[in-house]
Amino acid sequence: MTVKTVKSLNIDIKHLCRVEGHGDIRIRVEDGKLAECTWAVVETPRFFEVMFKGLSIEMAPILAARICGICSISHSLASARAIERALKIRIPEPAQKVRLLAMHAETLQSHSLHLFFLVAPDFLNVPSAIPLMQTHPEVAETAVKIKGFANRAADLLVGRSTHPIVIKIGGLTQVPRKIQLTELAKDLDATIPYLWKALDFFRGFKMPDFVRETEFVSLRGVNRYPFIGGDLISSDGICKKEDEYRSMTNEYIVDFSNSKLTRLSRESFAVGALARFNNNYDLLHPKAKEAAEGLNLRPKVHNPYFYNLAQLVECFHIMYESKELLLELIDSDTSEFSIPYKIGRCEGIGAVEAPRGVLYHCHRINEEGKIEKADCVIPTSQNNGNIYYDLHKLVNDLIAQGMEEKEIERLSQMLVRAYDPCISCSVH
Amino acid sequence: MKYSGITLKKPKVGFFDFTGCEGCQLQITNKEENLKALFGLVEVVNFREISSERRDDYEIAFIDGCITTDSEVARLKKIREQAGILVAMGACACLGGVNNLRSRFPLPDVVKEVYDGHHVDTGPVRKVAEIVPVDIELPGCPISKHEFEWLVRHLVLGIEPQFPKYPVCVECKQRLNSCVLDMGMMCLGPVTRAGCNAVCPRNRLGCWGCRGPSEEANFESLMEILREKGFTEEHIAERVKFFNAFSGILNSDC
Repeated sequence: MTVKTVKSLNIDIKHLCRVEGHGDIRIRVEDGKLAECTWAVVETPRFFEVMFKGLSIEMAPILAARICGICSISHSLASARAIERALKIRIPEPAQKVRLLAMHAETLQSHSLHLFFLVAPDFLNVPSAIPLMQTHPEVAETAVKIKGFANRAADLLVGRSTHPIVIKIGGLTQVPRKIQLTELAKDLDATIPYLWKALDFFRGFKMPDFVRETEFVSLRGVNRYPFIGGDLISSDGICKKEDEYRSMTNEYIVDFSNSKLTRLSRESFAVGALARFNNNYDLLHPKAKEAAEGLNLRPKVHNPYFYNLAQLVECFHIMYESKELLLELIDSDTSEFSIPYKIGRCEGIGAVEAPRGVLYHCHRINEEGKIEKADCVIPTSQNNGNIYYDLHKLVNDLIAQGMEEKEIERLSQMLVRAYDPCISCSVH
Repeated sequence: MKYSGITLKKPKVGFFDFTGCEGCQLQITNKEENLKALFGLVEVVNFREISSERRDDYEIAFIDGCITTDSEVARLKKIREQAGILVAMGACACLGGVNNLRSRFPLPDVVKEVYDGHHVDTGPVRKVAEIVPVDIELPGCPISKHEFEWLVRHLVLGIEPQFPKYPVCVECKQRLNSCVLDMGMMCLGPVTRAGCNAVCPRNRLGCWGCRGPSEEANFESLMEILREKGFTEEHIAERVKFFNAFSGILNSDC
């Protein structure tokens, strides 16, 4: 086969589909050389940092949820955690467990939405998941069962899957009754077989072959695979405290994107399922490791298309750990789920692993319990720089391989989609 | 397709997101067990968040998010020209929603605080009805999937939807919820339009008014009750203004 070089190329994708929010891909090749290659986040900003100003702290977790329709539970929890750490209060154990279960429900919902509704159509050659209901009913059924369970769990645990109701400073407004938790555990048992089916489907999808070495940033788990709080680590060997998030992210502004970008040891870094997998593999549930083996996935993975598979592995971890958490809650005293607090001037940071990566909220509070200053650093803003540099290398690789324009366009879209960008969130 | 002897046409629908969190669109993909039936009632020709198919022959347009830039104004006007029926979906589209919280500060200060002098395309927060005529407002933050399905059934059958006129209190009583006002929490349930199945009071949180006012709501009485219970004017105002649902009804100091 002779490899012929692409002489000129003009790809201009406005508002990339099957991602959350508005982003454009622009690729221009002139005389066989890459003249422009941009991942431009054109989402309109909402200025959440300003919206928080002057509000009573009790409103913060409720407003924070509105940053994102998909990961509202993570935002609400990061905001509550920031304030609770500022006020130096420790929420009761049952509330901690219910919060972690709610994060699991959100991550499962978000990952399954991404894998089945946004990613699977690329591999099954359909424009969306809607025709899948006719063409691949068994895939559609699996999606519906897993995502359905995740939403039922969130409804029970925090009142609603989007914009949770029960998360408040100091704990929760209520916890589910034991009988409801028992029902949820049964529902979970009935859902697990569908996860193994999902593994079979995704084993059959060949991820594109592409590698660009990068730095992976995540929370560091101590006894558990990390989701709420803890130290920050990078695969380049950096370790910092939760409170040092600013020097871990180093946000900067560029002209072509309404999302700020970030960097640490290199030009960009990556967060999310693949970063967590690479940095905390040892802490995965044995069943999740078994799933990873089934997908031939071992750390450290530097192919960004494998974000898809790392998300699937995490679904296993979440389901099996949720079962353990539910049994622990059922067997324990859950009567204490909130503690009172005293207001004073303070500042606090809350980090959580949202579905798309580590998320930080910072709140400065005055003597009257009003928010004076807020700062949010979003997972997708941390990934946008990495996507940008990946896209450059991918297109250069594909040009060198003599790939056709249509294929370059397809693989570029799939690359951005693999990161599961939450674009509204990244601009907020 | 036939239903009760009537031949139903399958309307072509499009979903369009503006400045918001896209949580309302996400609700549509929830309640998974009904998805197949729901997507069988309509033909989805434009839904960027979940589909690469994008056609402009839609008859019904669902709009979510508020409007903040000139390019959004132009895009919205174009959608209005095409759509026979335009539905504003969720608190951002219907009311401007939480986005109005930034309108407390001058716009240049807002941009400077976040972007430190860099240019970004933005403008004042506007609800959809400030730009184009809206045929139906589907309220809530987020919308309820149940109510969305109910609306779609009405649109397919060609029946005008009648949203509840009564307040959230009625639904609380129907569900035998304990009254959160009686428990000492602030609640706007007595003046807020029902239809959410009182989901917040059900979960021990007072209502925040995301669905806008009910008909003939007695604001003065609620304010009196809240003051009697010891809530400060400032605290009440903060709650009432959160979703911008009662602007023009209550004066600025409540």
